[in-house]
Amino acid sequence: MSLLSFERKYRIRGGTLLGGDLFDFWVGPFYVGFFGVTTALFSMVGIAMILYGAAIGPTWNLWQINIAPPDLSYGLQLAPLRQGGLWQVITFCAVGAFSSWALREVEICRKLGMGYHVPIAFSTAILAYVTLEVIRPVLMGGWGHAFPYGIFSHLDWVSNVGYQYLHFHYNPAHIIAVCFFFTTVLSLALHGSLVLAAINPKKGQVVKGAEHENTFFRDFIGYSVGTLGIHRLGFLLAVNAGVWSAICIVISGPLWTRSWADWYGWWLNMPVWN
Amino acid sequence: MIRATRLLVVLALSSALLAGCSKSGVESVQNGYRGTGMATLYDKDRVAAQYAASQLPAVSPAAPGEGPTAGQIYQNVKVLDDLSAAEFARVMLSITEWVVPKDAPPEQAACNYCHSANLADDSKYQKVVARKMLQMTRDINSKWQTHVASTGVTCYTCHRGNAVPAYAWFKDPGPGHQSGIIATRAGQNTPSLAAGLTSLPYDPFTPFLLNDEPIRVEGKSIGGDANRSSIKQAEWTYSLMVHMSESLGVNCAYCHNTRAWSDWSQSTPQRVTAWHGIRMARELNNQYMVPLTETFPANRLGVTGDVAKVNCSTCHQGVYKPMFGASLAKDYPELRGRKATPAATPPVAAVP
Repeated sequence: MSLLSFERKYRIRGGTLLGGDLFDFWVGPFYVGFFGVTTALFSMVGIAMILYGAAIGPTWNLWQINIAPPDLSYGLQLAPLRQGGLWQVITFCAVGAFSSWALREVEICRKLGMGYHVPIAFSTAILAYVTLEVIRPVLMGGWGHAFPYGIFSHLDWVSNVGYQYLHFHYNPAHIIAVCFFFTTVLSLALHGSLVLAAINPKKGQVVKGAEHENTFFRDFIGYSVGTLGIHRLGFLLAVNAGVWSAICIVISGPLWTRSWADWYGWWLNMPVWN
Repeated sequence: MIRATRLLVVLALSSALLAGCSKSGVESVQNGYRGTGMATLYDKDRVAAQYAASQLPAVSPAAPGEGPTAGQIYQNVKVLDDLSAAEFARVMLSITEWVVPKDAPPEQAACNYCHSANLADDSKYQKVVARKMLQMTRDINSKWQTHVASTGVTCYTCHRGNAVPAYAWFKDPGPGHQSGIIATRAGQNTPSLAAGLTSLPYDPFTPFLLNDEPIRVEGKSIGGDANRSSIKQAEWTYSLMVHMSESLGVNCAYCHNTRAWSDWSQSTPQRVTAWHGIRMARELNNQYMVPLTETFPANRLGVTGDVAKVNCSTCHQGVYKPMFGASLAKDYPELRGRKATPAATPPVAAVP
């Protein structure tokens, strides 16, 4: 693969966390590093286990393949492969692969001398996953509380776990998380449409720059957050979406077992009108 | 200093928001195939408190069933006339213990709660109600084993030492007529205990546990036969289901796999018991409670003049099985239904 003109400055030696020079190389345009190797290993083992699970399962229908966690009776113990052990191996591999990828991002940040914004943002997605599959099941004393690996089956899990609390939409942290998710996509849509509009001018006109973009939003809503600011805002919104979704599920079960609507009793019981 | 105070206020507020959360942990029970998320969660503190409040009263010594019946000995015995005098007395004493308030004034204490000086007299409304309730108890135990199984019920299942069961329901007239765009809000958006403090319709009992409105709103197939049920109708059903969940201290996944609510093959066996329970509550309300409307004095009726009625809470009181499944009825054969007509009484051995 040919080297792009600006790519030379990415190819900087050092900055590794582990492995020193040993894994400090690129495959084509891709930096490898120690954590690139572990990502690859975890991914391959995990995917192989998923394929094995599908092979011993009743169907190859992509929608219906299901690799479920062990019964609650196993608690936090290891289960036989066919009774949820596969799920445990896959989860271990997934956590290993996701964390390795985040640490590889850290190494790249160190090479480039930039902040850790990207690995931090990615870590909140990992946090949400680890909360669902590890932290909450451990707090509740059974791997059986985690979601299964399967397209339909994990959706069925979401439905049933929501209904464990009668109305999950009354979960206050879920409300906050949903607001952050929607605001994230709204701001991304506004940002994306602004960028596309600016770089795709009418025939005969020049590409528009940052000041033009600012002017548009100052006209439109009286304020422009700016070219750097929109990325800070996007980071804030997206990271909060991930963190609050982790909070909303980790409090469901370990801290609250009843209808989420019941939680609002504190409002009705306020001394002001009670 | 100000910072520390602020921190304290924030901590106090956040701990207030967590009030009611579980302190000694969660117990979970799996209800379906692993990984489906079908699990019932129990807060150990809450269950311990409910268990402490669900202890059965002491069982009085069994009474011999031989001899002439209460119907032969006493006047105006219409329901328990098949019992022996000893059994009859045992039931009367037990009712007194289970139902009559301990702090009742002398003219209402013990037997006086229902009886006037002439024990056969029906002038006190309590006696007429009690007779109907005895009949109801025997009917439940003999005809509704699909719901109460062999555990059965006694007066204590609902009354628990109260003259009026703590969990009965009356029609809720709601907040009155609204105007403007919220004029037709279909009973929604008022915090109602019946609907578990949700925005769902506040009186799910009248349509489903008194009347026989269709509870099932899901279509039987995709497309094909037209399903005329509306989302608004579904919300009435949800309101009833929330009531059932709250009454039993369980969640929706106790009975249903929520990916297919209506599919019996994916539901738990408990759903069958619950299905019979809905029909039982409806029948008890129409056959036993509504006919008593005229019997009760006005102060025992609801704001719309309707009689107190039965729903799931009346017996369950927040527990998946009333009294955690402990059976008092097994020690009270008198309440389990009419005795089979006895064969000819064997001659009593002569005492020398």
